[in-house]
Amino acid sequence: MVIFVASALTYLLLVWAGGSIEWLEVVIALVFAGLISIMAKRWNPELPLRRSWLNPVRLVRFVVYLFGPFLVALVQANLDVAMRVITGKINPGIVRIPTGLASDGALTLLANSITLTPGTLTVDANDESRELYVHWINVTTEEPKASDICGTFPEWARRIAE
Amino acid sequence: MNTAIGILLGIGLLFNVLGTVSLYRFPDVYTRLHGTTKCTTFGSLFTSAAVVVYGLTKFFQGFEGRFVTLSLHVMVAVLALLISNATGANAIARAAHRSGIMPVRAVFDRLAEDEKTMGRRVS
Repeated sequence: MVIFVASALTYLLLVWAGGSIEWLEVVIALVFAGLISIMAKRWNPELPLRRSWLNPVRLVRFVVYLFGPFLVALVQANLDVAMRVITGKINPGIVRIPTGLASDGALTLLANSITLTPGTLTVDANDESRELYVHWINVTTEEPKASDICGTFPEWARRIAE
Repeated sequence: MNTAIGILLGIGLLFNVLGTVSLYRFPDVYTRLHGTTKCTTFGSLFTSAAVVVYGLTKFFQGFEGRFVTLSLHVMVAVLALLISNATGANAIARAAHRSGIMPVRAVFDRLAEDEKTMGRRVS
C-alpha cells in the first residue's frame, strides 16, 4: 500500500507540467502503481516498509534531517576527502560500530547516510547484533562509538524510521 | 543570475574532477570508492542545483510551466542518484570484501577478524 501510493504520486509528479493533469494520466498512474506494488510483493513479501513512513511528522523530520545535519556533514566530509585526494594522506581501516536500531528501515537509512558522507563507507551489516562494518578513511580509535563516525545520525534514523 | 549558475557549475566540476583524480591517487578499491562515488555525487548535486536555478529563473521571468517540470525532474533525479549511489557503493564494497580483497595499508580490519572468529559470514 505504501509502495502503491508512493509510485502513483511520483508518476503524477513527473508528468505534471504546471497546469491540470489529464484523467488518462491518472488512470495510467494507478495501473502502473498497482503493477509495481504487486511485483514488489511477489519479489519480497516482507519488505521493511511500514505505513508509519507516510506519517507527515516523520516526513517533515526526514526533510529537516536531509537539509540540516546531513547536508552539513556532507559538505564538511567532502572538503575533507577533497584535501585527502590532493595530499594523499590516508589511514584506512574497517571498524565495527554498534547502532542500537531495531528496525531494518532505520538501519538502511543509517547505512546509506554513512556511505554518502565521504570518509566513511558501509561495507557490511550484522543483522543479529545490529552492528555496521564501516570502512573509515582516517581511523583515530580502535573501538569507535557510532557518534565518532556519524555524529547524531543514529538518533535521527531512530526518530524518522522506527 | 547567470553568475550564480556559473559558480554552481564550477564547484560541481571541481568536485567531479577531484573524484576522478582520486582514482589515480588512492591505492585500493575501498578508498577509490570513497573518491569516485561520493565526490562525484557531491559534484553532480551542484550541477543539478545549477539546472534547478536556471529552470526557476526562466519560470519567474514569465516563460511557461515546462521549466518548473524541468526543475522537478532534476530534483527527482537527484533523489534517485543519492539512493542508488549509496546502495551501489555498499554493494561493490561488500562484494569486494567477500571476494577476499583486503584493504591496502589498513590499520586493522574488524570485519575480517570477526568473520574468522565466527567462522562464517556476518550477513
